[in-house]
Amino acid sequence: MAKESTPKEMQRIDYNPPTKGWMDTPVNIKPGMYCYPAKPEKIEDVGMPNPHKWSVTDEDWHLPADWKETFLEGMRDRLQKHRSFKIFMDICVRCGACADKCHFFLGTGDPKNMPVVRAELLRSVYRGEFTKAGRILGRLAGGRKLTPEVIKELWYYFFQCTECRRCSLFCPYGIDTAEITIIGRELLNLLGLNINWIQEPVSNCYRIGNHLGLQPRTYKENIEFLLDDIETYVGIRINPTFNRKGAEILFATPSGDVFADPGIYTLMGYLMLFEHIGLDYTWSTYCSETGNFGFFTSLEMAKRLNYKIYAEAKRLGVKWILGGECGHMWRVIHQYMDTFNGPADFLEEPVSPITGTKFENAKSTKMVHITEFTADLIRHGKLKLDKSRNDHLRVTFHDSCNPSRAMGLLEEPRYVIKSVCNHFYEMPENTIREQTFCCGSGAGLNASENMELRLRGGFPRANAVRHVHEKYGVNTLACVCAIDRAALPALMNYWVPGVTVAGVTELVANALIMEGEGPRTKNLRGEDIPGREEAGNV
Amino acid sequence: MGITVSLGAVLAIVFVALIGGSTPGLQYVFGVFLPYVAFAVFLVGFAYRVINWGRSPVPFRIPTTAGQEYSLPWIKQAKIDNPSTLWGVLIRMALEILVFRSLFRNTKAELRSGHIVFGPAKWLWLGALAFHWSFLIIAIRHVRLFVEPIPAVVQALDTVDGMLQIGAPALYITDLLLVASVTFLFVRRVVIPRMRYISLPADYFPLLLIFAIATTGILMRYFIRVDIVGVKTILVGLSTFHPTIPEGIGAIFFVHITLVAVLMAYFPFSKLMHMGGVFLSPTRNLINNSRMKRHVNPWNYPVKVHTYEAYENEFREQMKEAGIPVERE
Repeated sequence: MAKESTPKEMQRIDYNPPTKGWMDTPVNIKPGMYCYPAKPEKIEDVGMPNPHKWSVTDEDWHLPADWKETFLEGMRDRLQKHRSFKIFMDICVRCGACADKCHFFLGTGDPKNMPVVRAELLRSVYRGEFTKAGRILGRLAGGRKLTPEVIKELWYYFFQCTECRRCSLFCPYGIDTAEITIIGRELLNLLGLNINWIQEPVSNCYRIGNHLGLQPRTYKENIEFLLDDIETYVGIRINPTFNRKGAEILFATPSGDVFADPGIYTLMGYLMLFEHIGLDYTWSTYCSETGNFGFFTSLEMAKRLNYKIYAEAKRLGVKWILGGECGHMWRVIHQYMDTFNGPADFLEEPVSPITGTKFENAKSTKMVHITEFTADLIRHGKLKLDKSRNDHLRVTFHDSCNPSRAMGLLEEPRYVIKSVCNHFYEMPENTIREQTFCCGSGAGLNASENMELRLRGGFPRANAVRHVHEKYGVNTLACVCAIDRAALPALMNYWVPGVTVAGVTELVANALIMEGEGPRTKNLRGEDIPGREEAGNV
Repeated sequence: MGITVSLGAVLAIVFVALIGGSTPGLQYVFGVFLPYVAFAVFLVGFAYRVINWGRSPVPFRIPTTAGQEYSLPWIKQAKIDNPSTLWGVLIRMALEILVFRSLFRNTKAELRSGHIVFGPAKWLWLGALAFHWSFLIIAIRHVRLFVEPIPAVVQALDTVDGMLQIGAPALYITDLLLVASVTFLFVRRVVIPRMRYISLPADYFPLLLIFAIATTGILMRYFIRVDIVGVKTILVGLSTFHPTIPEGIGAIFFVHITLVAVLMAYFPFSKLMHMGGVFLSPTRNLINNSRMKRHVNPWNYPVKVHTYEAYENEFREQMKEAGIPVERE
């Protein structure tokens, strides 16, 4: 287990696979590398199929009687529905370009974590069960039959993939393991084989409105606690509105920002930023979650959760939607939302009420990313900033997988950070922007029981942070993702002690010179800002 | 095991074709019948596979974005790696297909004293590029054996390819490149443990088959000379659908043409279909304008949702207590 192994031990990884072929190596499920099964009642809550009690370490996973037909029928159905899936099953040439691109492979050395093999796990079933050559020649054609043992293997490895798409970037045909994992997980979900770290948030989000199951009162109270903190450290009382009809903008963000450290500091940042510019906006308790854990179970569930964003925007009669800092939320919003639940013809094309800038790139979804919005504000000189308040920070930026490889949001957050911080350093080029490394906990894998997997999966990212930490004294890792904010602190504590994780808007708010503010001697975390303990308001 | 089986298969094909090519009665089977059948299988099979892919829709717009999105006017967009226009996609696809853009990005990760370091890794890209381009040029060069008169383009390509002017007949650059690159692609599969781990018979077989095609072709041209006029008679006969087999054609020709026929017939059933698939890959051939233009999923269907009304019904009292507006008091 990770708790007992030191970083030195953990980074002894062998990238050479065994000589024995992967088809002849039965799956070896190790503790610390998987998450607990979904509780049947959490599956029932949302009416997903085959809820049942099972345990990962048991021989028998109590698959439903017709498990094989269900799985293969599901596969056949998806081959007909997704051109991507069909092509990706057919055209891989196993060139190996993706092999050392995966953070889980680099962190574990497990050869089945090479993206090509992860896909082959399912591809071999496709060949063995669906293609003539595979049915006749079997192993010779790279085919194998679907057995309960294979199901276990698929489960183990599709929940060791964070759908980060780094491998897809290097593939000569653009084969996207994320797409294969998404569909692989859908198939496993048909058999009731999800993990609880995903299923419970899905159930909570569906009925209560957010992953953490914060009921409307709690949600509002949590934000009010943060308003108290802002009053303490900034000297200003902010009064945001909830579920207010007629507001110009609906602001939606992942609930991790409302609840967990360090996400809450980012949320304080939103509150201060919007106050500073006098934005006419509202929060919503019904649509209090934009992160979409449904996306990690099935596309249908993703759609069911995503529905609330447009529904609430319509009910409240807002003009457009502003979205907070979150990774896979933005993948869903950017690549799926309009298709799932559009067209949003009841909204207007987003225009910044402060600068008049039209957000051309969001004219159909009508949903703008907070860093696009903030970058535009800064560009037009609409924010009063004191960069020197962040002078004790030496900042680097972690591109989250989804904004970078499923959207292309690279410059906006950097522009914002550089505008509010004097000391910014990039990590090595093979580890940032479109080549960025996942935190190792995405796609619903940021549980505690799989800590070793997370630490290993996060090793390549941490390794790059360690590089700039040693070289430039970087002490702050900025990001625009709630899962990153939840996952990276543990990773930093283990691999690179002395690096704090912060949201971009938190850094903005610390530099904001607010109307009527008191002496800014503390940052939003209540920590003294070095050199300002006595200085008062500069 | 994969290597042995693949090598055995290729040698068996060579052996059978050698027997067939040396037996006057069988020459027609190997020189006419097999090539025709193989070519038909190739055309029909290829078309079938592509149509079959095309029959599955593209429900979502999911391009892999490899650079800065189209954003605010003062932010420089990566117009090709993250295309927001059709032109951008066309250039992106052209780069993928003609110069293997994504493979060019390849890096090599190594662990050195607890640090992952990344080095350039251009060999695979170079080998693949040399392999595909030389194979293509060789195929185009072969047109001169099928038609009369020889098109000027083919003649020009021939001249350029043989410009080293070494030996007679002139040595082709592409012959060297093809043998070298196919050898490289095979050797890396065998020597690199990771490659060996992921390789299947279906990976070794096409490489060995192509190696055999290249060597028999080279043997025929430079070493075991065949009657080139007779060969041209056969091939023009094939292309004009007046098949004929003149006397005295060496068996090596029948081995070569049989190997090519096997490659053609094998093509649609194999990973070699990446030739068609690369054009249809949704992560590369879509415009990244998902927030600008709605993408329609043809099988989109209504789903069960949890409405605001249901939500308020459950939480109305506490919402009122907390001062959150409600629809119905």
